[in-house]
Amino acid sequence: MIATHYTYWIIFALMMIGLYAVMSHGNLVKKLIGLNIFQVAVFMFFISLGRVDGGSPPIITEGIEVYSHPLPHVLILTAIVVGVATTSVGVAIAIRIYEAYGTVEEDNALARDAAEEGTQ
Amino acid sequence: MTSQLPALQVVVPLVCAAGCVLLRSAFGAWLLFSVAATASLLTAVALTVQVWDGDVIRYEMGGWPAPAGIELVIDQANVVVLLLLGVIAVIAAAYGRRSIELEVPLRRIRMFYAAMCLLLTGLFGITVTGDAFNLFVFLEISSLSSYALIALGRRRRALLAAFQYLVIGTVGGTFLLIGVGLAFAVTGTLNMADLADRLPAVAGNRAVTGAVVFIFVGLAIKMAVFPLHAWLPGAYSEAPSVVSIVLAAVGTKVAIYAFARFAFTVFGIDVVFTDLPIGEAILVVGSLAMLAGAGVACFQQDFKRLLAWSSIGQVGMIVTGIGLATASGVSAAYLHIINHAVIKGALFAAAGILLIRLGSTSLESMAGLGRRMPLTFGAVVIAGLGLIGVPPTAGFASKWALASALVEDDRWLILIVMLASSLLAMVYVGRIVEVGWFRAPADLDERTAENVDQATAAANPGVVRVREQTSVLMAGPVALLAVASVYFGIDASLPSSLADGAARILTGGGAP
Repeated sequence: MIATHYTYWIIFALMMIGLYAVMSHGNLVKKLIGLNIFQVAVFMFFISLGRVDGGSPPIITEGIEVYSHPLPHVLILTAIVVGVATTSVGVAIAIRIYEAYGTVEEDNALARDAAEEGTQ
Repeated sequence: MTSQLPALQVVVPLVCAAGCVLLRSAFGAWLLFSVAATASLLTAVALTVQVWDGDVIRYEMGGWPAPAGIELVIDQANVVVLLLLGVIAVIAAAYGRRSIELEVPLRRIRMFYAAMCLLLTGLFGITVTGDAFNLFVFLEISSLSSYALIALGRRRRALLAAFQYLVIGTVGGTFLLIGVGLAFAVTGTLNMADLADRLPAVAGNRAVTGAVVFIFVGLAIKMAVFPLHAWLPGAYSEAPSVVSIVLAAVGTKVAIYAFARFAFTVFGIDVVFTDLPIGEAILVVGSLAMLAGAGVACFQQDFKRLLAWSSIGQVGMIVTGIGLATASGVSAAYLHIINHAVIKGALFAAAGILLIRLGSTSLESMAGLGRRMPLTFGAVVIAGLGLIGVPPTAGFASKWALASALVEDDRWLILIVMLASSLLAMVYVGRIVEVGWFRAPADLDERTAENVDQATAAANPGVVRVREQTSVLMAGPVALLAVASVYFGIDASLPSSLADGAARILTGGGAP
């Protein structure tokens, strides 16, 4: 099971590492890094779905009968664009949080809001 | 021309978004957004007329036939959502003219409307598409634009709310992607109709179970179903007023539609509700959401935050109807989707007026509102009665429909939970009425000055300038929605025929 499906095991391990980083870190940039690891693991999962045993890259060439499935690759091209967009929006918001609060630690930012509320 | 309508529903807002960026004028951007909103509403009406008799329109995007190409599908199950989106978009356009000018810095207004157009593109796209992967892409388009829009809120904590939503929303979107990938791995197709054809043959396969669970958990995050609701209160209460209206009225509803679409027409009632205990799970989380949402709302000190928690409870009510998986349950869910959009639209629009007139949306600042702003307060009370479900408001019509669906299915416990949550709604709406009607207003000038100071201290560029007058463009939408919430209670024929049509398509095993 592990020997034949090792790609899936690696991918799921990566996914869990990414999710754990998202949940365990209070630093916004580290959260984004975790999110990226999680997404990339899913992209790799899709790409591994397209693999056909003995298949060559899906470019029509004479003398080749078996090709890998090109559709998952195309889908992931779109998903990578989505991932890049998400990361850039996330980093942009993180920069603005740094400008507004002077910190990228979620707990510190929340504490500063709470402190401000207390002084009013 | 009419045959291109399904594509135009998505393409018009998309092109207008690009136009907003190119125009370099705040007024021009608003005009383009209004054009996009009006065109979307007209398109939605035209499509509704075409499928009114139960027809299904299938549109091949770019002339590539399904299942290889992407297909747009219009039927009675999604025209309801299209209509709702169109109406709310037009209301947002009218309301935004004044409200955005006061809440968002001038240099950002152009980009604000570009993001609003993209939000519409995404929401319309999710609703019309007949392709599972395409749904993911549109979901991300709508989510990304809503993160940007929430971050434009006037206080700095809007940024934190937007970031939290971005993290949890992206995890949700990626879960959906995993689910779609698993379904694709088993069936080799992404077209929803094709998936529905091929899935029964592989039912029971563990990858299919995984696909169901991943897709539903992913969508549940977007729907803000109770244990996955953490992003919602911050996002709704910190966003600019117009964004709150759109997100609260239709944002979660579109995800609920996608959920129903996957549950009933892609995976099918047999797989989701018979083989897997998804239906029971939905009923449990729905009941918890009704109690928790309404319960927490009772303790909120901010009007917008109170409304956001109330939304969590009302979403619980809607998913409960879907979890029943009966024709009357789904019809009640759709009815409540329509009525809740109207009611919450009115309330968040009223909150926007309060923000501009009082400089704050805290309950404290609403003291004596009944005497100073009787019309706005009246609209809040009418819509609030709708949240409780007092006859003859729209809220009563949909709660009655849900109650009868529950009785029909012998779900007495959930009925009691629903009544308890309505009682809790009476408590939180009662608090608003108590503050607005029975408390003496504090000195207006003093408080206004204080609030402006506080906003300046927040070091945010969007300081709210307090106005003495409410613009007709802002009061009009509130009045319209408040009147609609009563009208749909007295004469529910239009929303119920739409809801019944949708339920027929979904539970009758119609083509996806």
